[in-house]
Amino acid sequence: MIPAAVDYVRADSAEAAIAALAEAGDEAKLLAGGQSLVPLMRLRLATPSVLVDIGRLDGLAGISVDGDTVGIGALTTHSALEHSADLAAACPLLAHVAAQVGDPAVRHRGTLGGSLAHADPASDLPAAVLALGGTLVATGPGGSREIAATDFFTGFLESVLGPDELLTEVRVPVSTGGWCYQKFNRRAQDWAIVGVVVAEGGAGVALVNMGSTPMRAAGVEAAVAAGASAGDAASAAADGTEPPTDNNADGDYRAHLARVLTERALVAAGA
Amino acid sequence: MTVTESPFIGGIVGESRLRHEDPALLTGESKFIDDLQIPGALWVACVRSPHAHARITGIDTSAALATDGVVAVYTGDDLADAWAAPLPCAWPVTDDMKNPAHHPVAQGKANYAGDIVAVVVAESRYAAADGLEGVVVDYEPLDAVVTMEDAETDRVVIHEDCGTNVSYVWPLVPDPEAVEAAFADATHHITETFVHQRLIPTAMEPRGVVAVPAPHNGDMTLYSSTQIPHVLKVMAALTLGIPEQKLRVIAPSVGGGFGCKLNVYAEEIICMALAQRHGVPVRWTEGRTEAAVSTIQGRAQRQTIELASDADGKLTAVRATLLADMGAYLQLVAPGVPLLGAFLYHGLYDVPVYSFTCKGVFTNLTPTDAYRGAGRPEATYAIERAMDALAVAVGVGPDEIRSRNFIPTEKFPYDSPAGLTFDSGNYQPTLDRAKELIDWDGRRAEQAERRAAGSTTHLGIGISSYVEMCGLAPSRTLAALNYGAGGWESATVRILPTCKVQVVTGTTPHGQGHETCWSMIVADQLGIDPDDVEVLHSDTAISPLGMDTYGSRSLAVGGTAIWMATEQVIDKARAIAAHMLEANADDLEFAGGTFSVKGSPDKEVPLAGVAFGAFTAHDLPDGMEPNLQAQVTFDPSNFVFPFGTHIAVVEVDEATGAVELIDYAAVDDCGNQINPLIVEGQLHGGIVQGVAQALWEDAAYDADGQCRAANLADYLVPSAAECIDMKLDHTVTPSPSNPMGVKGIGEAGTIASTPAVMNAVVDALRPMGITDITMPASPMTVRRAIEAAQGDSA
Ligand SMILES: Cc1cc2nc3c(=O)[nH]c(=O)nc-3n(C[C@H](O)[C@H](O)[C@H](O)COP(=O)(O)OP(=O)(O)OC[C@H]3O[C@@H](n4cnc5c(N)ncnc54)[C@H](O)[C@@H]3O)c2cc1C
Repeated sequence: MIPAAVDYVRADSAEAAIAALAEAGDEAKLLAGGQSLVPLMRLRLATPSVLVDIGRLDGLAGISVDGDTVGIGALTTHSALEHSADLAAACPLLAHVAAQVGDPAVRHRGTLGGSLAHADPASDLPAAVLALGGTLVATGPGGSREIAATDFFTGFLESVLGPDELLTEVRVPVSTGGWCYQKFNRRAQDWAIVGVVVAEGGAGVALVNMGSTPMRAAGVEAAVAAGASAGDAASAAADGTEPPTDNNADGDYRAHLARVLTERALVAAGA
Repeated sequence: MTVTESPFIGGIVGESRLRHEDPALLTGESKFIDDLQIPGALWVACVRSPHAHARITGIDTSAALATDGVVAVYTGDDLADAWAAPLPCAWPVTDDMKNPAHHPVAQGKANYAGDIVAVVVAESRYAAADGLEGVVVDYEPLDAVVTMEDAETDRVVIHEDCGTNVSYVWPLVPDPEAVEAAFADATHHITETFVHQRLIPTAMEPRGVVAVPAPHNGDMTLYSSTQIPHVLKVMAALTLGIPEQKLRVIAPSVGGGFGCKLNVYAEEIICMALAQRHGVPVRWTEGRTEAAVSTIQGRAQRQTIELASDADGKLTAVRATLLADMGAYLQLVAPGVPLLGAFLYHGLYDVPVYSFTCKGVFTNLTPTDAYRGAGRPEATYAIERAMDALAVAVGVGPDEIRSRNFIPTEKFPYDSPAGLTFDSGNYQPTLDRAKELIDWDGRRAEQAERRAAGSTTHLGIGISSYVEMCGLAPSRTLAALNYGAGGWESATVRILPTCKVQVVTGTTPHGQGHETCWSMIVADQLGIDPDDVEVLHSDTAISPLGMDTYGSRSLAVGGTAIWMATEQVIDKARAIAAHMLEANADDLEFAGGTFSVKGSPDKEVPLAGVAFGAFTAHDLPDGMEPNLQAQVTFDPSNFVFPFGTHIAVVEVDEATGAVELIDYAAVDDCGNQINPLIVEGQLHGGIVQGVAQALWEDAAYDADGQCRAANLADYLVPSAAECIDMKLDHTVTPSPSNPMGVKGIGEAGTIASTPAVMNAVVDALRPMGITDITMPASPMTVRRAIEAAQGDSA
């Protein structure tokens, strides 16, 4: 439980962070809330040579609603999402999902940007941003680019983010249509064994921990769009997935859970 | 001794008083092992085998030795002469028990994933961890024995010199023919097989050790996060070959144990040996993942229980046959753990004929040993699950089958078929009250309604009535069980010149609240404020005599010693007071901290006056020694037998298999209560720990002998969020075996709750034809059982 030695740089600005990344190359890692990175370092599963701490870039934290878009700074904590009145009004799904992450200590440190950049298929917030059809803003030495959430995740803990890029903002549409998050776990603070996010009455459906990336349940979305019943639509929930096996669940049981939870979520969301 | 009511008259015992220990714990003032600042200490990190079973063919330490801050690296061969004896097992349950040499650092072969194969000594904890990466061990992996069933076959013999994986077979069959006859004549013959999964005790504070040598005079001070500084001192002196008078063991604040710190561990011996070798302090702090495999684990038993009954469900015989997993080596009391349950497989039922046999086997897994309840949760689980099966066979309710079989109150003291004498009991009221608290009839009606309506959220209600034996232990009984030590406890009570009191106890609290309770007992007896009583413990230089804390013994044995010592001090004070008042000692009354002459209330002297007089010794009765102090060693005449009934209500979601505990009632009887708040706290924690075995916790070893739950994300210790409000009540049936009429309560919750929950889970699913669910009742396990049952009926 003792991490290897590592150099530490505190960035005063996004530009400084990007410059520090560029200088250190592949061996550098951004440190936001540390809730995913530090556990990996303590197990020596991650051994970066430099940590670039962006935890104090307050300019990258905050929630603003502009017309039909909600802009959220990458360093906004799960706790801030959970307790924001603006978000509760503009996108209650996201506020609710943030409240299901880990425990209060984790939510006070962990950030939305960190959760997305970490690209863990078992995480809650990536699936929510996917179901909502969100957009991610990444900033690198050459400036900023927008990435659709559906294009962001490429593999287990992998995304299209370059080693010198910083996630600066997450945008989701204002969304007040029927929604539900079914998170199935055994203890309150645990990751989902399987999770199902339904946004806008079933127009957006995404799955947690059903493969190597957070993913949309395209078959379910299509069935809902075609007017299928919740039960019928849910029967497609596990189609095309390759769910993992661990102590809590094997692939078959996960597929079963995905169908059960999708039906429940669709019903609750009024699909 | 017969106790019918509370002997306490001071108005302090029986009050729910806040724990005296808590402000220091909550503010961080209490010092745990890792808080100790020891200048110049070297740190140890342990290289542990990643294989469950492997020959060590070479160890290259050169890269580690080249690591910054690393001072030395030792292999098992390097340290072979550092100890006088292998790690001890103090409970050779049979004369021919196989006990392989257990070296602190393995020599030649690693026998479980986690076995220490080398140690790195470095200037800091970080350097030691870096050094670990530089130790290159060549292993030749061997077939691993992972299950008890495989172990039994001797397909692979782990310890070649033992010649077999069977460590011992221990039978308790008073009358074999009667057993055969009872089963031959039985109307109902129930046979059930249950498995207790391996559990990781998970004390909040992992272990830690600091060994501080005094090279010139040969002294050694060992700080360890242990439950047993006294036992450890004796054992460590023998293991290491240090003269016992040179060794002092201190347990600083200890953050829980649950039995896992009732041991003599390799790291304790290693740190002392290396402190001697290097002449400076040497320390080690356990990591959480490391703790999962390097600290003993609990349970790990397969049990077959058979019940014989007549047509009415009245039991005529019980037969239990156990297979118990010792793990790779025998730790301190591991072989005896099943024996602590051996006498209780008939539970609290009046059964004439009894048979018990246990076989202990070695596997290539982490050693097991005592874990909260040690033997008694296993026994209670078997009989309570089987009683539900009998109720079904007979066609009566689970409450009725129990009522028909409870040992009748008039039979106490009850000579049990296993050879014990149950001290006192009155079982039916605990069942009646628990049913009332849980609204038994209402719950049953609700269950019937849901079933009639075809609900897929099934309601289950489970009863567990228990009796347990604790207050370890009468030394002569321990001798009969081949245990290597006694079961007495020591206390010194000392009234200081200013009438403040020091109590020195041989019990070793690690979360229980002994300071609070012991001060309440003494304050009640002396008529003073509990805050004026200081309890000293856990340091063998301050408290040289003791047998420490486990087996719910501290109050019934250690508390009794304190009570008796205080009575002796009062007797002496009375003699001095009589002298001061020029009265006859027999004419004195002692109440509210004052001696007065019966009938002449103005003739009185306060205890403070007596204490000061005893100190100055200016005018004591002829021949009386100065000072008010008494030392007592109490060896109990019997165990104590707390009992009760717990009822759990669960909901099972048919579609997902998820089980939710929604209601819980517990009615326990531990005789007279010293501090009801602490009794409740022990029950709350104990119940949750037992529920955890039923629903969540599982060390989850795979076929290669790797623990797949060696962290707190995968090993599901419940948090406050999983707990529900419990409905607690109690009855009071004092024990006649000690003057305070007390019984232990530290393990009762854990003993009772596991079968209550599992009976509830099975009750919910029984209409589907399900009669057992393997623990833990995880959603996938439950769902699979439902699918299998539905497949069968389809
Ligand atoms: C006990 C515990 C329980 C948890 N339970 C859950 C749970 O139930 N559900 C859940 O979803 N999550 C859970 N988590 C994970 C938690 O949500 C993390 O906070 C989150 O995954 C990472 O956010 P962070 O800010 O802490 O990122 P960090 O740990 O600091 O970083 C994570 C990764 O993202 C990179 N990164 C961080 N910020 C940026 C950025 N702005 N741009 C580019 N890269 C960046 C880092 O370099 C690193 O590789 C849990 C964590 C813990 C410790």
